[in-house]
Amino acid sequence: MIPEIGHFALILALLVAFVQATMPMVGAHRGNQAWMAIARPAALTQFGLVAVAFGCLTQAYVTSDFSVLNVFQNSHTAKPLLYKISGVWGNHEGSLLLWVMILSLFGSAVALFGTNLPPGLRARVLGVQAMIALGFYLFMLLTSNPFERLSPVPLNGNDLNPLLQDPGLAFHPPMLYLGYVGFSMAFSFAIAALIEGRVDAAWARWVRPWALAAWCFLTAGITLGSWWAYYELGWGGWWFWDPVENASFMPWLAGTALLHSSTVVEKRDTLKGWTILLAIVTFSLSLLGTFLVRSGVLTSVHTFATDPARGIFILGLLIVVIGGSLALFAWRGPALVSTGVFQPISREGALLFNNLVMTTAAAAVLLGTLYPLLLDAIGGGKVSVGAPFFNAVFIPLMVPMIVAMAVGPLLSWKRADMKPALSRLWAAGGVMIVAMIAVWAVETDGPFMGIVGIGLAAWLFMGILSELAGRIRLLQGSLSESLSRLRRTPRAAWGMTLAHLGLAITIAGMTGAGAWKVESIQAMKPGDRVSVAGYDFVFDGARSGTGPNYSILSGTFRVLRDGQLVTMLYPEKRVYNVSQQPTTEAAIHTTFLGDLYAVVGDEDETGAFVTRLYFNPLVGWMWAGVLIMVFGGVLSLSDRRHRVGAPKKRGAGLAQAASA
Amino acid sequence: MSKRAIYLVPLSVFLVMAVYFAIGLTKDPKIIPSALIDKPVPEFSLPPIDNGAPQGYGKGFSSADFKAGEISVVNVFASWCLPCRAEHPFITKLSKMNVAKVYGLNFKDTPKNALKWLQELGDPYDAIGADPRGRVGIDWGVYGIPETFVVDGTGKIYFKYVGPLNGDILENQILPVIEKLKR
Repeated sequence: MIPEIGHFALILALLVAFVQATMPMVGAHRGNQAWMAIARPAALTQFGLVAVAFGCLTQAYVTSDFSVLNVFQNSHTAKPLLYKISGVWGNHEGSLLLWVMILSLFGSAVALFGTNLPPGLRARVLGVQAMIALGFYLFMLLTSNPFERLSPVPLNGNDLNPLLQDPGLAFHPPMLYLGYVGFSMAFSFAIAALIEGRVDAAWARWVRPWALAAWCFLTAGITLGSWWAYYELGWGGWWFWDPVENASFMPWLAGTALLHSSTVVEKRDTLKGWTILLAIVTFSLSLLGTFLVRSGVLTSVHTFATDPARGIFILGLLIVVIGGSLALFAWRGPALVSTGVFQPISREGALLFNNLVMTTAAAAVLLGTLYPLLLDAIGGGKVSVGAPFFNAVFIPLMVPMIVAMAVGPLLSWKRADMKPALSRLWAAGGVMIVAMIAVWAVETDGPFMGIVGIGLAAWLFMGILSELAGRIRLLQGSLSESLSRLRRTPRAAWGMTLAHLGLAITIAGMTGAGAWKVESIQAMKPGDRVSVAGYDFVFDGARSGTGPNYSILSGTFRVLRDGQLVTMLYPEKRVYNVSQQPTTEAAIHTTFLGDLYAVVGDEDETGAFVTRLYFNPLVGWMWAGVLIMVFGGVLSLSDRRHRVGAPKKRGAGLAQAASA
Repeated sequence: MSKRAIYLVPLSVFLVMAVYFAIGLTKDPKIIPSALIDKPVPEFSLPPIDNGAPQGYGKGFSSADFKAGEISVVNVFASWCLPCRAEHPFITKLSKMNVAKVYGLNFKDTPKNALKWLQELGDPYDAIGADPRGRVGIDWGVYGIPETFVVDGTGKIYFKYVGPLNGDILENQILPVIEKLKR
């Protein structure tokens, strides 16, 4: 009964979305207030209905109702409750339901808190939102119904893919989706603006918090996935240029560009067409990201749905959404008038440079990800072009951007002089050279890119600090004046500073993990001792045991440094009962300079265990840097500018809803 | 270019991509035509992986090895290729069955990473040839990896599979082909 309620709620939501997608748009065109006003209650009703559907599916999972096909395929009675719940979105149908629920949640946030938006704009934004939702409802109801019944009812389920039974991965998809769907708001605003033919500072002020919130979620989501790969896949890697990772990375790159260009629209009333295009591209890449994972068009370790009927529907949906919006852009875009002018050497110029690098990078990732698919079209096959391509493209793009990142914030708007800006960076240059020499002295045999990477990180970190020091006039006036300037620095400025500092720390971490990783793979018997990067790993043996729905082999390592115990490590190898699929659970001890990382493998005939021991330098910096970046984003979201912006009184509700 | 034309560029780029997508989706990924099927293996000679020692690692192999009357499987792999990692257990399984000689073509890889990979996952190959620049790979028609070829006793390429092997493909495609060639 309950699954039928869910199914019915979904059909009702489809009908409501249809009303919401048509009447307010027509109303806005004709200036009919009553028709426009339908958008608000429709958006709220839609959310209510999807929430009911989602609740029904969750109920089926929690109670292990195997008469529902989806639950049978992805759940099991012995699974812990957390993974019963995360199983709801750990599959194709359920993840779409989550996607559309977040979409309608954001739509109702605009309906509730957008009371100060011009009524026409609000009606159109909600109309566009409903059009996107309409596509998703149709897709679900026609090809991917999560509530499909199964008869006869099986005694137990197939269990969730064991790799997905992990706390990191339980929250990875919702985070990513909050990011993807968040960019749908920027998209809806862009389409509404194209229809109205007007883009102004007020518009940018509305788009920015959504883009920023989406960016924060996406950054956190990507990092969760990367962190999961690091500790779960068991070979110490954290990024593989896998199609599914790329699928989330492309909207991140485009979204980062969007964040920066929307600042220019807000402050300088220029780059309008470009910003609109970025909003469209970012959401298009988000859609592509959602579907690349789902349609099975690309081979990947993550893919779990292959069905040509879905593929065709997805393609149709992508063509309508992306093609339609780009056609609208081609038609209405030329009408957008920019008033601001600027010289190449200026803050606008620097932000535009950022945009060019980010979009080029996104295009390169797109090419590398779709290249195998293009091959398929001309008679090749499903293949991986892999890291050599991406590294060759990415590093040359990112090096100049990071160099410029320290300079950009020092330039003034409109027109700037390079000389005074550079003269404020002598300290950064000095620290960079010292850091590079220090790295060279310590890691003489290390790769050259290691020295470059640390140098860039030091340059960026110090460059950002110099900018902060200049902003508060440190050492130029009295200390109390500097402190009071520090206190008065708006949160948005703090957000920028922190996000950029975080990136510098992340770059140092990536460099360390990439350049100076130490590993040792061997067969060890209990009592054996192996030395890795100055640490002695003593193997104390391995024990078998059982978990809730798996059996475990658990190893014990004592890690010593100069005879002193540093830590104990307990890596595990699990074999899940239902699928008989093994997973590795690496044991990790994080220190300031790097992670001690141990993996235990199978026992051989002689009673020895295959063990893999790593020292992964500076990995903790990578995660810490990202956390700082996200914190910077959240801080910027809480800026009072978003709450008491020029023509707006209640932007705060929006910002809070977006960050909630 | 006029201003209006510039605004048309994104749409045009997208439409070209959509056409490719459409063709890609309608293709059955399992059926891959190859110009090389029923042709003799290209002429080549691959050195072993350079491990510092004079004889290298993995023996190396050349086109002459395929004319000795034995059925062979050539698996193109690299340490940077994630799907290769996924198929590695099945290559190992195939190798243990002793139904064919299993050659590894190490494609566009560095010796250091390749050796590390083999040490970590095990070396299932009867011989490995290193192709760091991908020159021989091009002769074999390698687009991206993994790819697996079955070569008959006379050195003719009989079957090609693109993408990672799994238990199903091994049982139902690779092994039947080898069985057929045996008779």
